[in-house]
Amino acid sequence: MFSKTLIVCDSCEYKTIKSALEAAQDGDTILVKEGIYKEANIKVTKSVSIIGEGMPVIDGNEEGEIITIGADNVTIDGFFIKNVGLSYTTEYAAVRVVNSKGFTIQNLKLEKLFFGIYLQRASHGKVLNNKITGEAVTEFNSGNGVHMWHCDFVEVRGNDVRNVRDGIYLEFSSNNTIEDNFTLNSVRYGLHFMFSHDNKVRNNVFESNGAGIALMFSKDMEVNNNVIKKNWGTASYGILLKEINDAKIINNEFRENTIAITVEGSNRIEYMHNDFISNGYALRMRGASYDCKIMHNNFLYNSFDLSYHGPMNRNVFDGNYWSDYTGYDLDKDGIGDVPYRPIKLFSYIVNRNAQAIILLRSLFIDIIDFSEKVSPIFTPDNLVDENPRMKRIAHDKDS
Amino acid sequence: MLKILKYSFYDLMRSRWSYVYFLFYLLLGVVLLFLNNDLNKAVITLMNVIIMLVPLIGTIFGVMYYYNSREFTELLLAQPIKRSSIFLGQYLGVATSLMMSLVVGLGIPFVFYGVFYSDAIWDFILLLIAGAFLTFIFTALAFVIGLSNENRIKGFGYAILVWLFLAVIYDGIFLMSLIYFEDYPLDTFSLGAVLLNPVDLSRVLILLKLDISALLGYTGAVFHKFFGTNMGLILSFVMLTVWVAVPAFFIWRISKRKDF
Repeated sequence: MFSKTLIVCDSCEYKTIKSALEAAQDGDTILVKEGIYKEANIKVTKSVSIIGEGMPVIDGNEEGEIITIGADNVTIDGFFIKNVGLSYTTEYAAVRVVNSKGFTIQNLKLEKLFFGIYLQRASHGKVLNNKITGEAVTEFNSGNGVHMWHCDFVEVRGNDVRNVRDGIYLEFSSNNTIEDNFTLNSVRYGLHFMFSHDNKVRNNVFESNGAGIALMFSKDMEVNNNVIKKNWGTASYGILLKEINDAKIINNEFRENTIAITVEGSNRIEYMHNDFISNGYALRMRGASYDCKIMHNNFLYNSFDLSYHGPMNRNVFDGNYWSDYTGYDLDKDGIGDVPYRPIKLFSYIVNRNAQAIILLRSLFIDIIDFSEKVSPIFTPDNLVDENPRMKRIAHDKDS
Repeated sequence: MLKILKYSFYDLMRSRWSYVYFLFYLLLGVVLLFLNNDLNKAVITLMNVIIMLVPLIGTIFGVMYYYNSREFTELLLAQPIKRSSIFLGQYLGVATSLMMSLVVGLGIPFVFYGVFYSDAIWDFILLLIAGAFLTFIFTALAFVIGLSNENRIKGFGYAILVWLFLAVIYDGIFLMSLIYFEDYPLDTFSLGAVLLNPVDLSRVLILLKLDISALLGYTGAVFHKFFGTNMGLILSFVMLTVWVAVPAFFIWRISKRKDF
């Protein structure tokens, strides 16, 4: 059986994408020429490739969903899709994939959207190099850029997502790869995991979101080589960890976030080779976080390096560089001879009593911080970095 | 009064201390700007210096000037001049010259750096206003202390104590009460506590203007809501003015009744 190519344009046999789809068979290619196609509710039920030439526009006229894919091995490539309908009862998307495998959605430009790309019980597919620009202002009447629900083995790579609710959202989705994406100005989170395990997040940039990455109720995650910056606001975070077990957060750069990482009830997390630069808090550990390793990170010029809840410590701090460290190194091995205590008394007090933050940068606070540093009384006395580095660590980012 | 103000002012303008003070701020401004290259960070560091150093220098310098010019004051008292004019004139002379050193010393490097073309201009102006208020407040307190204590050592002691109390101990008590009463809603209390202390008030006013205010979280939001309104801003400037006016009133009253 040979596959054929159906061409869609104003003066062709097929004037609409829908009519071409009706005529197509499995394995065919539909080539859409430049132009404006006012179509909504396009249902793709055959394994076809729909390819746009010169970025043809599909205008949904705010009638609801625009493309719905219900077949395996479908490719959508090179369209400018806009005007998805807004609804408070149905989650309309520009492109939705339902119960399918092996899809490829690439080089799309999505604007005026509610949900962008919505994957639902889809697996083994790719979402590549799309540019999604929303106009989200509030959480309740906006959708997510890339939304994944019960999806496995999907690759989300090279997308540029701006001004939506959650840049990329995963729920009950495992073994996915999120790589080389850029999210900016998400109203809620840049990347959001709920009950999603074994996912990898690599080489992404998250900028100016409500929170850069929110990991919730998940396990075995890897977060490597990301840049998380300027998530700045009274309730903003770089990474939010809640009920996460066995995650690796390695080689990331956190710059100018109000709170770079906030952790709650998360165990066996490895924080290694990260750079924390000019954040309000670098690491804020709330209750019930045990057996975490915080090693070989750079903590540079954060207002607070660490805020810690509770009187005892069962996490390991070792071999980090702290810009506030004032010790000396007599044997010249690059490791300070005096252990470093990353908790300031003030951050301990603020943790107990949030009101006290109003005394930030008061002379009195500097004095008590100093005295606590000299002889710790309140902060957990085993919370120390025994081997603080003397020099900033040059991370090997390729590893 | 104006004549005495003018005399005190010119006297101080000629003195070495004013120059040292002026040069100190000039140097601080230059070093901060050229080592830092970041106007916002420079404003934060300046804030730390201003809320600590300006009150200290205002107090010490005020007391020093009062005791040192005592003989001249006695000479003036023998003349047919109103007492209040003498002391208020001296006070305003000292405070104005200190304020000039601060404003000009910090202003020059910042103007050359281009603060007028920067977003930080309002932060910077607020910083200078706070510094000016603190100078007037603490110099006035110093004069009150000088007037009520014949003994120089005692006077100096009290002056240092007043500075220590407002700059350090007050915050300690504030913090203790926050912790002690943590089960109660403390928003209004902490607003009040901040409003009552000019050092804290200046610190919070400046902090809220800076990026760093995001760190303040919920508490910051409460303060923002209060100080962000015209009402809050006016109230805080009224409080600062009261802090100048009350000691000035005491200077007037004590000088009228005092037996020299």
